Amino acid sequence: MENAGYMLSAFIIIWAALLGYVFMLSRRQAKIHRDIELLKENISQQG
Amino acid sequence: MKRKVLFFISSGLLLASFYMVLVFVPTEKDMGIVQRIFYYHVPLAWIAFLAFFVVFFASIGYLIKRKPLWDHIACASAEIGLVFISLMLLTGMIWAKAAWGAWWIWEPRLTTSLVLWFIYVAYFIVRAYVIEEERKARFGAVVGIIGFLNVPLVFLSVTLWRTQHPPLTIFTEGLVGSMMATLMVCLVAFNFFYFYLLAEGTLMKADERTVKQLKEESIRRNP
Repeated sequence: MENAGYMLSAFIIIWAALLGYVFMLSRRQAKIHRDIELLKENISQQG
Repeated sequence: MKRKVLFFISSGLLLASFYMVLVFVPTEKDMGIVQRIFYYHVPLAWIAFLAFFVVFFASIGYLIKRKPLWDHIACASAEIGLVFISLMLLTGMIWAKAAWGAWWIWEPRLTTSLVLWFIYVAYFIVRAYVIEEERKARFGAVVGIIGFLNVPLVFLSVTLWRTQHPPLTIFTEGLVGSMMATLMVCLVAFNFFYFYLLAEGTLMKADERTVKQLKEESIRRNP
């Protein structure tokens, strides 16, 4: 099991980064959809 | 709908790859357990190259057609490519430390890969400094096309120069049996995952553009 620490750190970095990226994308998407709804509402109120 | 299908297929395949890399594949006798990094390091590199090829292709598409969709595809793919090449460099450094005893060596494959990373960081810096949408897309497309020229150099660096990085001989000399199957599952999983991220990213860029347009309209109506 020599070098197991290197392998584990590589796997942790890969999976944390990929899951983090997907999470960040979904957060950004949710915020954009909220902004679109708010702006549409604002515009319709302005007539 | 298609994005959900891509998400479920890529999630399933990524879980399968995780099992195969950790449990299924036997430990390589020369390098030991650290060799398992290889099954992710190679697909990470492949997806980074694929993503930059898509940036190149979509950038040409944008310059010819001037349709925002091409720019959205290019920008989304560049972002994914940057994530994957960063992970490729990091896993490569960890592997290098275990194999060569040093985190980094200034040899051709590593150096050209780092240059590629800087090129795509520059892609986003250029886009960030331009406000007007059309110019942002045009400048980005030029960097996307010129930047891709470094990709073949990275790929061929192991054959053009004498390097410490091992050449990609797995398909000629052959990884056998379970090792090849594991690599293939990882490659397929990462390909599906890339196309899922590309679909999400492209849609998000289009939505960001909609937000900008709605903000402009809101300001026009209520200055």
